[in-house]
Amino acid sequence: MALDKDTVARIARLARLKVPDEELAPLAGELSGIFAWIEQLNEVDTRNVEPLSSVSDVTLPLRADKVTDGGIAAKVLANAPGGAVYIDSSDKNAGGFFTVPKVVE
Amino acid sequence: MASLTDLTIAQLGAALAKKEASAVEVADAHLAKLDEHRALNAFITETPEKARAMAAASDARRAKGEAGLLEGIPLAIKDLFCTEGVQTTAASHILEGFVPQYESTVTTNLWKSGAVMVGKTNLDEFAMGSSNMTSHFGGVENPWKRKGDNRKLVPGGSSGGSAAAVAAYMVPGSTGTDTGGSIRQPASFCGIVGLKPTYGRCSRWGVVAFASSLDQPGPFARTVEDSALLLQAMAGHDPKDSTSAPLAVPDFAAAARNPDIKGLKVGIPKEYRVEGTSPEIEALWTRGMEMLKAAGAVPVEISLPHTKYALPAYYIVAPAECSSNLARYDGVRFGLRVPGKDLGEMYQNTRGAGFGKEVRRRIMIGTYVLSAGYYDAYYKKAQQIRSLIARDFSQAFEKCDVLLTPTAPTAAFAAGEKMDDPVTMYLNDMFTIPASMAGLPGISVPAGLDKDGLPLGLQLIGRAFDEETMLRAAAALEKAAAFDARPAGY
Repeated sequence: MALDKDTVARIARLARLKVPDEELAPLAGELSGIFAWIEQLNEVDTRNVEPLSSVSDVTLPLRADKVTDGGIAAKVLANAPGGAVYIDSSDKNAGGFFTVPKVVE
Repeated sequence: MASLTDLTIAQLGAALAKKEASAVEVADAHLAKLDEHRALNAFITETPEKARAMAAASDARRAKGEAGLLEGIPLAIKDLFCTEGVQTTAASHILEGFVPQYESTVTTNLWKSGAVMVGKTNLDEFAMGSSNMTSHFGGVENPWKRKGDNRKLVPGGSSGGSAAAVAAYMVPGSTGTDTGGSIRQPASFCGIVGLKPTYGRCSRWGVVAFASSLDQPGPFARTVEDSALLLQAMAGHDPKDSTSAPLAVPDFAAAARNPDIKGLKVGIPKEYRVEGTSPEIEALWTRGMEMLKAAGAVPVEISLPHTKYALPAYYIVAPAECSSNLARYDGVRFGLRVPGKDLGEMYQNTRGAGFGKEVRRRIMIGTYVLSAGYYDAYYKKAQQIRSLIARDFSQAFEKCDVLLTPTAPTAAFAAGEKMDDPVTMYLNDMFTIPASMAGLPGISVPAGLDKDGLPLGLQLIGRAFDEETMLRAAAALEKAAAFDARPAGY
């Protein structure tokens, strides 16, 4: 299955990846090659075969609905790329905010 | 006594117990090797001060009679495991400078058993690759070279730095992660032992996620026994990983010390005889079977009919999960942020600049196969094929106890080879991916050298949660192969 430039641009937009225009055509070629190779899966008859989403056949465990941590705002915000704003700079674990570009005018 | 850096984990443990060396001396000897072989680029971050402090604490524990299983053993950690207070990058620009505020469960377990961290090793970006060439921090050099040829070879991937560090005697053991072969293939390329446990045996908590239904941490070491000792310490149920198996940890080291395989049925999957495999690897595979037979095992020809479809199915499943997992890197809470005129542009700029070429490619494959209208044709189809692959293995294990196969179709290749076309690179994992898709344990054992003097590994695949039988067979293979070659100059 061949992917064209426009399809690649659409996938890039869906994936929130900035791809420069000049890279779209080569990328379309590479992805088309990969999908052409993947096409061989169509040789396999999979009617009535259940999909396997995970190999761990255990039922997902439940735990008690209790708070198990908290009070670690300083740790949560430690790697904030735009810097963090704390409610109380003398007690960073009291809470704070990530900073992001203005979203609402 | 031999040099401290030549000793295995078991031997180091004995030397430390007999007070022939202190943990600080052991750490210093290995840190000197990190200095000596820095040009290999096996480490992204070295942590000598932390290593000396952990070693001193280890000596203090031993003095109090509180020695753990890996007391004083220096280890290298793949830079995909979050380590509290130590930069963790996943070899990506997008996580450069990220300092986790918590420790992964696997590394927590290792430190609890007394191990000492010397640094964080290089890898393919987000563990996506088979050569270590996709790292933002540059490729890793394999300590092995072809005879009479000075070209640098790749260590394999994705856990290339962890494998090279063990092969170069910088550490006696290290951690890796294996999604489609990222422990076993580099172990084969570097002439060491690499073990991928059953999915669920080791906790994934605190390991940077690539493909959650496939990712599994595991050890590298120079002997089967050492790999078992490391697994023993790393494994165990963890409530913080919902797919972690609620099972007790068996005595893996005891299994590895018992190479008795009389009557063990060893399956030889006929579909693994494929075009493109080097004749030397075919011959080594036959020799491996003869060795196991001589040790008392019974060879059984078996069939895994869907083998050839495992690789293309993997290249739907793994990118789909990767595109979802990597959606978190948006420049908001951690990692790189590249500004834009609005929020949407900030996301796109950040992710465009932060991810390398192979990671972007896989995110795009994953996004496409999960996009509206294509889900059934690709993702569901791949999961159905995954069912058939798992069924092949369960039928095979009705006839045998363990499988023997080559680990990789070739020996280590030169940096830059196989780079023209992504599918050529993907084919490296043709023998490791089927077991990954079925969640089964696998181990690569160095079994010989090719005509160029490069190491080649053989893979043993076990039943789910039966690493013990696999380790027994691996120990028998190790004993018979008696691989004792070292890369020149190391």
